[in-house]
Amino acid sequence: MDLARTEVAEAVPRKGRARSAAVRLGLVAVPVAFFGLFFAYPVAAIVARGLKVDGVWQFGRLTDVLGEPDIRHVLWFTTWQALASTALTLLIALPGAYVFARFDFPGKQVLRAVVTVPFVLPTVVVGTAFLALVGRGGLLDELWGVRLDTTVWAILLAHVFFNYAVVVRTVGGLWSQLDPRQEEAARMLGASPLKAWRQVTLPALAPAVAAAALMVFLFTFTSFGVVQILGGPTFSTLEVEIYRQTSEIFDLSTAAVLTIIQFLAVGAILAVHAWTVRRRESALRLVDASVTARRPRGAAQWALLAGVLAVIVVLLLLPLAVLVQRSLDAPDFGYYRALTSADGGVFLVAPIEAIGNSLQYAVVATLIAVLIGALAAAVLTRRDAGRFVRGFDALLMLPLGVSAVTVGFGFLIALDEPPLDLRSTWILVPLAQALVGVPFVVRTMLPVLRAVDQRLREAASVLGASPWRVWREVDLPMVRRALLIAAGFAFAVSLGEFGATVFIARPDNPTLPVAVARLLGRAGELNYGQAMALSTVLMVVCAVALLVLERLRTDRTGEF
Amino acid sequence: MSITKKATVFAVGFGLVALPALAACGSSDSDGGSGSGGGSKTVTLVSHNSWAVSKPVLAAFEKQSGYKVKVLEDGDAGQAVNKAILTKDNPQGDVFFGVDNTLLSRALDNELFQSYEAKGSDRILDEYRVDQDKHRVTPIDTGDICVNYDKAYFSEHKLTPPTSFDDLIKPAYKNLLVTENASTSSPGLGFLLGTAAKYGDDGWEGYWKKLKANGVKVVDGWEQAYNEEFSGSAGGKKAKAERPLVVSYASSPPAEVIYADPKPTTAPTGVATGTCFRQVEYAGLLSNAENAPGGKALLDFLLTKTFQGDMPLNMFVYPVVKGAQVPEEFTEFGPQAKDPETMDPAKIADNRDDWVKSWTSLVLK
Repeated sequence: MDLARTEVAEAVPRKGRARSAAVRLGLVAVPVAFFGLFFAYPVAAIVARGLKVDGVWQFGRLTDVLGEPDIRHVLWFTTWQALASTALTLLIALPGAYVFARFDFPGKQVLRAVVTVPFVLPTVVVGTAFLALVGRGGLLDELWGVRLDTTVWAILLAHVFFNYAVVVRTVGGLWSQLDPRQEEAARMLGASPLKAWRQVTLPALAPAVAAAALMVFLFTFTSFGVVQILGGPTFSTLEVEIYRQTSEIFDLSTAAVLTIIQFLAVGAILAVHAWTVRRRESALRLVDASVTARRPRGAAQWALLAGVLAVIVVLLLLPLAVLVQRSLDAPDFGYYRALTSADGGVFLVAPIEAIGNSLQYAVVATLIAVLIGALAAAVLTRRDAGRFVRGFDALLMLPLGVSAVTVGFGFLIALDEPPLDLRSTWILVPLAQALVGVPFVVRTMLPVLRAVDQRLREAASVLGASPWRVWREVDLPMVRRALLIAAGFAFAVSLGEFGATVFIARPDNPTLPVAVARLLGRAGELNYGQAMALSTVLMVVCAVALLVLERLRTDRTGEF
Repeated sequence: MSITKKATVFAVGFGLVALPALAACGSSDSDGGSGSGGGSKTVTLVSHNSWAVSKPVLAAFEKQSGYKVKVLEDGDAGQAVNKAILTKDNPQGDVFFGVDNTLLSRALDNELFQSYEAKGSDRILDEYRVDQDKHRVTPIDTGDICVNYDKAYFSEHKLTPPTSFDDLIKPAYKNLLVTENASTSSPGLGFLLGTAAKYGDDGWEGYWKKLKANGVKVVDGWEQAYNEEFSGSAGGKKAKAERPLVVSYASSPPAEVIYADPKPTTAPTGVATGTCFRQVEYAGLLSNAENAPGGKALLDFLLTKTFQGDMPLNMFVYPVVKGAQVPEEFTEFGPQAKDPETMDPAKIADNRDDWVKSWTSLVLK
């Protein structure tokens, strides 16, 4: 700690400091309680159900299960495909992040929203659409006879399809707010473009790249639907195996062991990540994104833009276009019209009502996620935060690494008695969705919050501002943009969440993905067509929601 | 798990997580009346996500009995059973519907149900009756898991569609069949059990070796097999699917007709009637049910001719009671197999896990 900051800290009245400590404790208690109640406790309950026989823990099961060659094979495949998927996603999406951050071109906002859509679509639907692209009789097959449906390449490409937006949003979001003049200054002082980028931009960007890579790794490490659909039964990830052991074979002890293994693996990765990110952080000079982007100049920049657009079209838009095309494959929008009628069969209500349900759930889930996530981020920002608090940073990410089946079963057996009997209430759905949303909020907010110069806060304190006022006057204006991005992500994730929702959603209010799955689970042209139409609706709703958000945040840039 | 421990956790947490939404949900729940004691007028049915009933039929029951029916769907069939077992001490509802003969023993061994002989049980066809001394479960519906074929493919190739398990291993049908993973899919498991019933404990593995050599393709779920791989289904046609044979249900052809617009005069797919395994689904009154009288009334209702006749077009299954009406599309496009493979639930219980394990290493590895 440098001298100036020590002096400022000393100058803060003692009483004020005690109060601020109390406030901080209050702040940290809310997310801790939330995760304790709705994550740790249910997951611990289901693991205990599997591993505790007559009150005695059966830790011997751990070595038994790890000794099975099949399980070891699953572990090996899970790891290497996740590494390969992450590398491929970064390779393909980082140029995209740059283009979205630094270039200004017509339709940019629409496109940014559109590339986020795949991320939130249910995997069942994406698998179906994706096969039409790289599978038999697909576009690549017709053009060049290329078929990938039985290879691991289909899995890897689908992972890129799903996670492209993670990199573009996480890295691009920060990139667009980095002051390009710093790099230009380095250039003027004689640094080569590469050196200037490496020494100025890269260090500033590294935490965001690490965060994005971590998220992609997490999603692909715990990949379920993609592996199941595109890989078939010969490829199995840890997550798929947990699902099988719990849901099909009902071997709760093996499932519990696998849950613990996944937990430890994810925890270890997160710990390493937290450590690297902390070492790299520095106060960044953030500027308004709208002044950093400009029209591409020169052939190289235009070529880069064209290349990125081509990748987006082939890899992201074509599978989505296939969906739309199939949903229109009946005269006079027949599949869409069918959505508005309750036939009394598959649904008790018209499938179209799922849209309203989804939106309501997503709004509540977003509110919860933003509240919990923002509080957690605010606590984690403190540079003087203790080791315990910093460890909490990594813990907040764990819900992303735990299978939806585990959480779903956990909810059922843990939250089943008064005063916390929530099993058949609608709040379970937004709670489960918020669990997945919080890490996004924290990850989006934290880099920006940490980049706020601590001296600004201290100066405000010295001038007599309360902690709440410091936050409102100093932090909030700086992070409003990040908060909106975070809310958008939480909202979109809630809309598309399938694994936990299908487990706990009620039949009279199915969400969009649940309704799609139900339709796909039935034979017949009309059911299939309706599933495609409803998927298209989900896609459009997501795109519109994200687009509104984009608008919202550009309208406010003037405040920066 | 003790209540006091939960209460402590809750007390610590609640003051901090005072979400307005949480409070709102509490009040809306009490409106539903599910939390109140024995005199409740709400009866809760727990089922899997294939549950479906016509609105007027359900409304008539509610009006006549005075109970309001609440339905909780719990994912696919296997998930729903397992969840019900996990929550049996404090069940989510009063009646569970949807445990089939492949999982029946798991439910009974775990004491999921209490005894109740539903009114109308005497009308149940003999072949579907089980647990006659205790009446813990009541058969509700039945259906056949059978190989479906794409009629267009076979007429184009001037090839006779297969009719039996033996046909499927003939060279003429090489690389034509797609089935589901027996460890993750109930039609997949049904097909495996069908072969085990047909060829016996010693013969089924040999049969699968031949099937594998004849190019059977295995995918994880019914949706993939039917909508993406099977050339005869509507989804498969659009996906330019390549396999004209798929393991599905005897009721899939009528579904292809009913859910088509305009309705064709004949089904685009057919059933290989010698490849069927009969599935029976049961319902029962959950142990510790809060509203046992309501649950009993609901079970009675599930056996009425009205409900039994309503099932086929909603859940694509057949009734189990004498005299229930079966729709024309069913008799025409998807008649029940005359001599399907069957298996005693006790035998399934003893062998299921071992068979699935052997099948996995035999077929998938």
